[in-house]
Amino acid sequence: MPTDYTYTDSVVVPSAQAHTGQGLGTGNPADAFVVEPPRTRTKKTPRRTRTNFEMLAWLFMRLSGVVLVVLILGHLLIMLVLDGGVSKIGFAFVAGRWASPFWQGWDLLMLWLAMLHGANGMRTVINDYAEKDSTRFWLKTLMGAATVFTVLLGTLVIFTFDPNI
Amino acid sequence: MSTPTVEQHSAALDAAEAGGVQLITVTLRIRRFNPEEHPEPVWVDYQLTLDPKERVLDALNKVKWEQDGTLTYRRSCAHGICGSDAMRINGRNRLACKTLIKDVNPEKPITIEAIKGLTVLKDLIVDMDPFFQAYKDVMPFLITNGNDPTRERLQSAEDRERFDDTTKCILCAACTSSCPVFWNDGQYFGPAAIVNAHRFIFDSRDEGAEQRLEILNDREGVWRCRTTFNCSEACPRGIEVTKAIQEVKRALVTRRF
Repeated sequence: MPTDYTYTDSVVVPSAQAHTGQGLGTGNPADAFVVEPPRTRTKKTPRRTRTNFEMLAWLFMRLSGVVLVVLILGHLLIMLVLDGGVSKIGFAFVAGRWASPFWQGWDLLMLWLAMLHGANGMRTVINDYAEKDSTRFWLKTLMGAATVFTVLLGTLVIFTFDPNI
Repeated sequence: MSTPTVEQHSAALDAAEAGGVQLITVTLRIRRFNPEEHPEPVWVDYQLTLDPKERVLDALNKVKWEQDGTLTYRRSCAHGICGSDAMRINGRNRLACKTLIKDVNPEKPITIEAIKGLTVLKDLIVDMDPFFQAYKDVMPFLITNGNDPTRERLQSAEDRERFDDTTKCILCAACTSSCPVFWNDGQYFGPAAIVNAHRFIFDSRDEGAEQRLEILNDREGVWRCRTTFNCSEACPRGIEVTKAIQEVKRALVTRRF
């Protein structure tokens, strides 16, 4: 059967759909442009986890978000607006605040919640955007290491802070 | 008596054909893909003269029947019930049989392509197997315990109303293939599967809610939903898809705590 349709100015648009370029492996030259079939069960398909981790992560985002709104807006108000704003911030000002267990607790809570909230958000983004499992694994490992480092370092500083150094 | 009636009728038809209908020229820009002929998808323009009150499906039929018989697409009932002809028209997922030409800006070329996130087999036809696999995974059938009753399983009007919205699904895949999370790797269950789980989870006659909730509590379940509302916008049946997903999330949270 003759193909009588014309390609408009030979406008060849590459596939806008996500594909890995690996194709289906059937030897057909068009395979590279075919989206690999999703949801096929392979040995690599993760098993059912039977845990509530995803639900707890989702709940944590909602609850920590509400608390962070108060903590961060309060923090910004104290640091940038009240009592002369940024001009007052110095070593003495921080030392004075951290003399009180209340502000130590405030900053500690803000550090932990903000870091875990941000890390969980990034985990979601990586899960959504990484195409290969290995990329996904390494990005999450890197992010986890950075999170643990920041949280531990911050906690150490808050608890061992010496105003006399 | 009968003869004049027929004449009147045909006279009315003639009038409609002569002056009542304003035909316009429309360009359909269809993303065609035939792996046996050309390894890459190509956009092909087709010029048509038709009534703007006709549907996109009529335009596709006109192309297939009068210009190019190789154009391939699914359609069955052509009245928005079978869910065969979901496609991306001017960048939005719609049913070709429910979309009028006049509503998709016929002054410019109307772009038509296959729904995204599923393997394109040819032209506008995609492999729906992964979509139906996700649907089957949520067990879309009545699950009960004990002996079968000797009569119907009765239900109050309020209990029926609880899941009325999600009974409207026709499994056209417009929602699932509009979901950016599904586009990524296709492992997410997708809005359509969750809608059909919702239909049974909130059915007072069903006793399998806990099993379905357990399936949707997994890493590829409801918690991957980002509430982008693409699904609610795409649904040709007007189902509040995102709301249904949120209700499943809420059921999970309240049952687990």
